[in-house]
Amino acid sequence: MAMVETMTPEQTRTPETARPDATRSEGTAGSPLVGPGEDAKVSARDCSVYYGEKHALKGVSLDIKVNEVTAFIGPSGCGKSTFLRSLNRMNDIIDGARVTGLIALDGEDIYARKVDVVQLRARVGMVFQKPNPFPKSIYENVAYGPRIHGLASTKDEMDDVVQSSLERAGLWTEVKDRLDQPGTGLSGGQQQRLCIARAIAVSPEVILMDEPCSALDPIATAKIEELIDELRQNYTIVIVTHSMQQAARVSQRTAFFHLGNLVECNDTEQIFTNPLHKLTQGYITGRFG
Amino acid sequence: MATAEQQVEMTTSQKDILSRQSRISETVNAGLKSRYRSEARFRAYGAGAIVLALVMLVLLFVTIIGKGYTAFVQTELQLTIATSGEALGIGNDRDAAALNRADYQAQIKASLRDMFPDVTGRKERRDLYGMVSDGAAYALRDALAENPALIGQKVTLQVPVASDIDMLHKGQIDRTVAEAERKVNDFQIGIYDRWVSMGTIGLHFNTALFTQGDSRQPELAGIWGAAVGSFYTLIVTLALSFPIGVAAAVYLEEFAPKNRWTDLIEVNINNLAAVPSIVFGLLGLAVFLQFFGMPRSAPVAGGLVLTLMNLPIIIIASRAALKSVPPSIREAALGLGASKLQTILHHVLPLAMPGMLTGTIIGMAHALGETAPLLMIGMVAFVVDIPMTPMDSATVLPVQIYLWADSPERAFVERTSAAIMVLLAFLVTMNAAAVLLRKKFERRW
Ligand SMILES: Nc1ncnc2c1ncn2[C@@H]1O[C@H](COP(=O)(O)OP(=O)(O)OP(=O)(O)O)[C@@H](O)[C@H]1O
Ligand SMILES: [Mg+2]
Repeated sequence: MAMVETMTPEQTRTPETARPDATRSEGTAGSPLVGPGEDAKVSARDCSVYYGEKHALKGVSLDIKVNEVTAFIGPSGCGKSTFLRSLNRMNDIIDGARVTGLIALDGEDIYARKVDVVQLRARVGMVFQKPNPFPKSIYENVAYGPRIHGLASTKDEMDDVVQSSLERAGLWTEVKDRLDQPGTGLSGGQQQRLCIARAIAVSPEVILMDEPCSALDPIATAKIEELIDELRQNYTIVIVTHSMQQAARVSQRTAFFHLGNLVECNDTEQIFTNPLHKLTQGYITGRFG
Repeated sequence: MATAEQQVEMTTSQKDILSRQSRISETVNAGLKSRYRSEARFRAYGAGAIVLALVMLVLLFVTIIGKGYTAFVQTELQLTIATSGEALGIGNDRDAAALNRADYQAQIKASLRDMFPDVTGRKERRDLYGMVSDGAAYALRDALAENPALIGQKVTLQVPVASDIDMLHKGQIDRTVAEAERKVNDFQIGIYDRWVSMGTIGLHFNTALFTQGDSRQPELAGIWGAAVGSFYTLIVTLALSFPIGVAAAVYLEEFAPKNRWTDLIEVNINNLAAVPSIVFGLLGLAVFLQFFGMPRSAPVAGGLVLTLMNLPIIIIASRAALKSVPPSIREAALGLGASKLQTILHHVLPLAMPGMLTGTIIGMAHALGETAPLLMIGMVAFVVDIPMTPMDSATVLPVQIYLWADSPERAFVERTSAAIMVLLAFLVTMNAAAVLLRKKFERRW
């Protein structure tokens, strides 16, 4: 069971005054963070994650803006997934994982005692690195989320939700004739899109994607990138990727992590053309990582 | 100059590499033969083990079936009985009370006397009466109870003969042995031969074996009582051990914090699985019978004892099944906002179910064949009546086999084997059911 240190309400309400300098002392370059901006959907302040003794994420402060795609890049093991998972408290299920600092969704601390994880995860959906459809039919895969949250009361409503989710995930035409077939019988790329459809079926506000294209061919990757671009209109998206090109193509903002630190977070354009930090420059030009 | 030198150097280093490679492939080749040999040897051991196991199995089946198949038929005598109120000792009464006190035995004896008017000596008559089973009187009683109007008429019945005559008919009594050492004397053999020549004696399907409870007389003894007892015992065991075992496994695997206490519990469960079953019998005797005052010899108590014995097996198997569910499925469900309980009920349990069922069925098969702990709580009693509820006195199939194997009568030898066959049939059926169930749940797409 994960132990989570929740912050006191005072800290929750005024994160900007609680740690105004901690951010900068960590050496994060880019736009200085003063507090959650107007359009910040998710904001992290001095967020650290420990796996037992291991300090995997070190005091990250970051804003994720609404209706934007934010990309996390960085060498393997630098804590991208760790940070991503702490945004919808998936770290809670890891034994010995501990999160400190503040993470706020719409200005409210998600690690506060009164927050219901179930509700949080309905608002912050997740797509995993490895496609993980349920061993049930395609229909059931998509319908599961809406069903447990009671989002569709009749069969017709549910059919609509399933269809629109699959359509938005760009999978509808491929599977509309075999909705009762097992979701695990699809190809890897189709499975990943099914997982995306499953995630958007509960209409989350934020979608977290952990290397969604790492197992996919270029065509499937292109489809998913297109999809991400479309989804941006309605959702706030965070994507972890190892591909510089992908980050450059799909994201508006990019955050570069290194050894558990957030090194730089800025507009994607800025990061790729004129990084402020030499670590970032080294990474994007392929000198290490 | 420089290039030429480099050329030379390169060729020498290339030569080095080449010779090294050839040396390596030589070594590999030299080793290959012994590698293949050891592989072939290993395969031979495996095949040998399988053959040995099969031979044992065939031997087992051949001996059991060879000894036991005759128990499925019973020698019966076609007896024509001139029924009368006087012979039955009830005069003109035909009501239920009269039928209850009627002396059917006397009526059978009378009809045997009619059949052989030439047999007059006291001893001869006693020997003659002894050739027909007590079951004859029961058969007559049942026939008359069904239709009292038959009294006064001639009734023809198939009645079982005594087990020694049954053995004689099945050729298991050697006529050449001296009379004193034979179960059947010369006079009885003479009568038997006359029955054969009259064509009134023959083999019929042994319904008693499948419909009756235990009896001192082999020809009347059946396994139905023990089968029903086994059934009740297993039902109690299943009804208790499956839910409790699964619940315990789910709690330990999914909810319990990992600390010293749960480690201790885990070690203890593993140890309990290895405790000799008779110890559970002693525990059951002390706790269920003496402390809680449950009825002796009852399937409830037996089921409880077997539950204790089964729980560790089921818990261990269920935990393994839960562990084998990929964490990605849990993450997927939790990531969608399913609660922990929903994740377990909707995704983890269905995937773990085949493994849990396998463990349960293995445990139940164990329980079906278990004798020792049931002896401790008195299920070894001689029970004639078929148990009607799990609270009635009963015995179980393996205990019945044990009891019969212990009986001196020859006819119980074949019945022992027959009972073993029935028990094995039960086991095979259960395992087949397990496979089917697993197939049904195992839609692992
Ligand atoms: N469950 C865990 N228990 C202990 N340590 C962990 C656990 N998960 C991750 N870590 C450690 O935390 C650090 C960050 O891991 P994380 O998975 O966030 O890296 P990442 O940036 O996602 O890497 P990649 O790009 O390879 O996926 C690593 O050093 C890793 O070893
Ligand atoms: Mg990762």
